[in-house]
Amino acid sequence: MGKRSNEPFLWMLFSAGGVAAALLIPIHLFLFGLAFPLGWLEAPGYDTLLALARHPVTRLYLFVLCSLGLFHWAHRFRYTLYDGLQIKHLNEIINTLCYGGAILGTVVAAYLILRIP
Amino acid sequence: MSSSIQHPPRSYRRRVSTYWWLGRWPYLKFILRELSSISVTWFVVQTLLQISALSRGPTQYMEFEAWLRRPIVLSLNAVSFFFIVFHAVTWFNLAPKAMAIRVGGKRVPSLLIAAPNYLAWLVASVAVAWIVLRG
Repeated sequence: MGKRSNEPFLWMLFSAGGVAAALLIPIHLFLFGLAFPLGWLEAPGYDTLLALARHPVTRLYLFVLCSLGLFHWAHRFRYTLYDGLQIKHLNEIINTLCYGGAILGTVVAAYLILRIP
Repeated sequence: MSSSIQHPPRSYRRRVSTYWWLGRWPYLKFILRELSSISVTWFVVQTLLQISALSRGPTQYMEFEAWLRRPIVLSLNAVSFFFIVFHAVTWFNLAPKAMAIRVGGKRVPSLLIAAPNYLAWLVASVAVAWIVLRG
């Protein structure tokens, strides 16, 4: 029997990340990356944000958003390198870097999110 | 006499240029869409930096906010915002391509199938904005 492929599982993570990124990142990036720094909208204060971030639901939400986003990137970036630059021969090293990066990022995210006081 | 057929003839493969995706707009669009994933990672990194600054205290968070106001970071975020919106729109428009729904023998217009995605996008955006801004 051949080795079972984990491709469907990775594709599922890619797809879930794609949905999460499409639905949620635009508003996050608009608020925190543009509207608040440019003064279009008044940024919430430190205490308000901390109170929001330490809530268990927010922690879970941030963790899922960050982790899925990274796996979405890993999958897409891997195929961009395959097809775009035609470097299929570096297959294994690309896979290791992309998915390894996503796993590492997930661990870092978990650590940082759990550490919120 | 036999030497000419010693090796099976190699199948002919045309060499594709490394820059094949620059040739036509749909190809370029495909690569730009794929590259939007870099903006997703940039966003995740920035969010984790924000969480870290938030955990370390008010002064560190103020420094993080000042960093966000730097022109280079603002520019990166503006570019990333466009890439992510590009990702969102192409992602939502995939639904009608994946499902060809027919009602009474007629194909339901693409726009109608994609509409729930856009509605979900609107609802999610309003919800996030409301939670962040109600302060």
